[in-house]
Amino acid sequence: MEFGLSEQQTALQDSVNRFLDEKAPLERVRQYSEERQERADDIWDGLVELGLPALLVPESQGGIELGALDAAVACECLGRHVTPSPFLSTAVLAPTAIKLAGSEEQQNRYLPEIANGSATFGAALSEATGARRDAGVSATRGKLNGKALFVIDLYSDNYLVADTDNQLHIVPSDASGLTINTLPQIDRTRPIGEITFNSTPSDALADDGQGSALRAVIDIGRVMIAADTLGASQEMLDQSVQYAMGREQFNRVIASFQAVKHMCAEMAAEIEPSRALLWYAAHTIDEDPEESHLNACHTKAHLSEVGSFIGKTATIVHGGMGFTDLLGLHYWFKRIGYNRQILGGPESVREEAASAQGLC
Amino acid sequence: MDLSYGPEYEAFRQGVREFIETNRDRAPRGEAMKSDRVQSWQKLLIDNGYTARTIPREYGGHGGEPDIIKARIIGEEFARSQTPGGLGGQGISMLVPTLLELGTEEQKKRFVPPTLAGEMIWCQGYSEPNAGSDLASLRTSAVLDGDEWVVNGSKIWTSTAHLADWIFCLVRTEPDAPKHQGISFLLFKMDTPGIEIQPLVDMTMARNFNEVFFTDVRVPKEQIVGKRGEGWFVANAILGHERDSLGDPNSTLTRLNRLIEIARQETVGGQRLIDNPVFRDRMMKIQARVMSLRFNDQRVLSSRINNTDARLARMISKLQGTELRHDLEGLAIDIMGEIGLMYGRSDYLTDNGSWQQQYMYFLGLIIGGGTSQIQKNIISERGLGMPKEPKFDQQAKA
Repeated sequence: MEFGLSEQQTALQDSVNRFLDEKAPLERVRQYSEERQERADDIWDGLVELGLPALLVPESQGGIELGALDAAVACECLGRHVTPSPFLSTAVLAPTAIKLAGSEEQQNRYLPEIANGSATFGAALSEATGARRDAGVSATRGKLNGKALFVIDLYSDNYLVADTDNQLHIVPSDASGLTINTLPQIDRTRPIGEITFNSTPSDALADDGQGSALRAVIDIGRVMIAADTLGASQEMLDQSVQYAMGREQFNRVIASFQAVKHMCAEMAAEIEPSRALLWYAAHTIDEDPEESHLNACHTKAHLSEVGSFIGKTATIVHGGMGFTDLLGLHYWFKRIGYNRQILGGPESVREEAASAQGLC
Repeated sequence: MDLSYGPEYEAFRQGVREFIETNRDRAPRGEAMKSDRVQSWQKLLIDNGYTARTIPREYGGHGGEPDIIKARIIGEEFARSQTPGGLGGQGISMLVPTLLELGTEEQKKRFVPPTLAGEMIWCQGYSEPNAGSDLASLRTSAVLDGDEWVVNGSKIWTSTAHLADWIFCLVRTEPDAPKHQGISFLLFKMDTPGIEIQPLVDMTMARNFNEVFFTDVRVPKEQIVGKRGEGWFVANAILGHERDSLGDPNSTLTRLNRLIEIARQETVGGQRLIDNPVFRDRMMKIQARVMSLRFNDQRVLSSRINNTDARLARMISKLQGTELRHDLEGLAIDIMGEIGLMYGRSDYLTDNGSWQQQYMYFLGLIIGGGTSQIQKNIISERGLGMPKEPKFDQQAKA
């Protein structure tokens, strides 16, 4: 029995963290955000070199063929470094959809390009977890029409699109009739937007009539977003402890005050069990499909709550500096805020958890 | 991640299940401590290696090899089938491991076998009215007079003192030494002249706790564990045992599942409680917390098996386990509303009033065994490397 990360997973974690520490520190993230850059190719190229987009792709398609827990480990690193990158849609959502619902021809076409980093993906799934206003994409005779809101990883080469019948499609970003509109939002490390389709041709993935592939994509996506929050939360705690150890008031470091120590202890006490929950949820995605939906819902909702608590508490530990742009702690605060709403906020996800158990 | 225990252990689990199936009608059903039924069940469990498993035979145990997974499986199977497991209590869970580690050969032979057999009942004399979280400031004194210690002072929160045959007790023997170095660990009989016991009724109205007063209680000199002045270290060898067992998330899960069952059956205004979206949301919120602590627990278990580091995960379990359980019991009361108030015989009493009882009981456990605040000190200092509290008494002396 081993409940935890394997040596290989720890090594992956170390190498991604090391790369991001060196090549994508906060200054680089600031530049990306402040200059409203669309892509951070330098960062993406480095992640490709580390094999990140190949994680879930089968070996036969040029991938590494690892599992959801490995991808979650990578996501945690990205959250820890508030990294701008299309990892979630490209390396997780798209390959999951294509592996489950793609024909052999579609797998051969897309998966090798994903694995070698030459094709990036965004994902238009928001309507599947709660359509806002008049949003919705309909598919008829191979053409898409309508509007997808809050498309994630917006500046990508292709999109994974869910239609109103829960079928998935792949559409290149330069397809005819497709227009992209950026929606400025609070987390500037993650570009999202609106895409309208006007008789846009799509490459439809197989439809089993039950939306199974879409559900699986959302489940794994939720686990990944939770992992991102876990990484961001851990980083906020680490920065809080470090700041409190250096900041002196009343002739003592503030880390020696119980009021401050207890806030840090409470953060640790929330983070540690969440880590175990996340590991388990990621594990069941591959190993226990019957349980994976419930676990994914609970993990997404729980990490959302934990993340909000950490975001608030860590900022307070930093005092006035926590409120400034100078320190940049708000990058993590906003990252966590984004993660809370995307692919279903905690209340709606918990309702799905209840439904999964036949409670509503 | 590898969550299976492997075929060898699944076979072991099967054996435990068969044992329970065959023998469960011999298990005690609320009989008094020391009753024949309790003691013969305990003996049966020891013989089969389902309690006192790794304690050597010469001290009345089963004499098995330590095996964390087998111990876990036994716990799981007895809990699952709601069959009483081996005897607990402070003698077995705290004193026995201490004696095995630090007692003399004579002490082990004299005390461990009858304690394991359920023939010798112990209480723990640690806390005092003025020594709670700051336990090391305790003042009950023991002065050597010839071949005997003479004990004076008082203890509080002494569970089962009125039922105990013996007490293991922390006393100050070196009044001039620094506070942690002036304490000794004594064992003495509760019927020794000079001991007075007064019940301390708790908020659940149970008379489990006591205050115990010592007036010139004479204790044979050799009834000390460890040397004079080493009592603090002797006691600390086992404090960790107590903390680990409070707020077990598996029993919290059993309670949550029962709550969900109640919410599916009970109605208000003709509507099932589970159909109220606010209650449902609160239940789901707490379900995720229960799951996260259960997996945290598995992670800690795994770290013990594989000798890996999960210190923080372990340190937070008492804090989070007790807070969660208290929250869960409180949620059940909210969901049941007025029915949740029932505490005494009526047609509306649910689960024997256990929701109110446990709601309060776990408030007690948030405080007992190291308060949540003390836990947070431990987590921040030992887990996160933050500085210790400044010591005002020492500053004042300097």
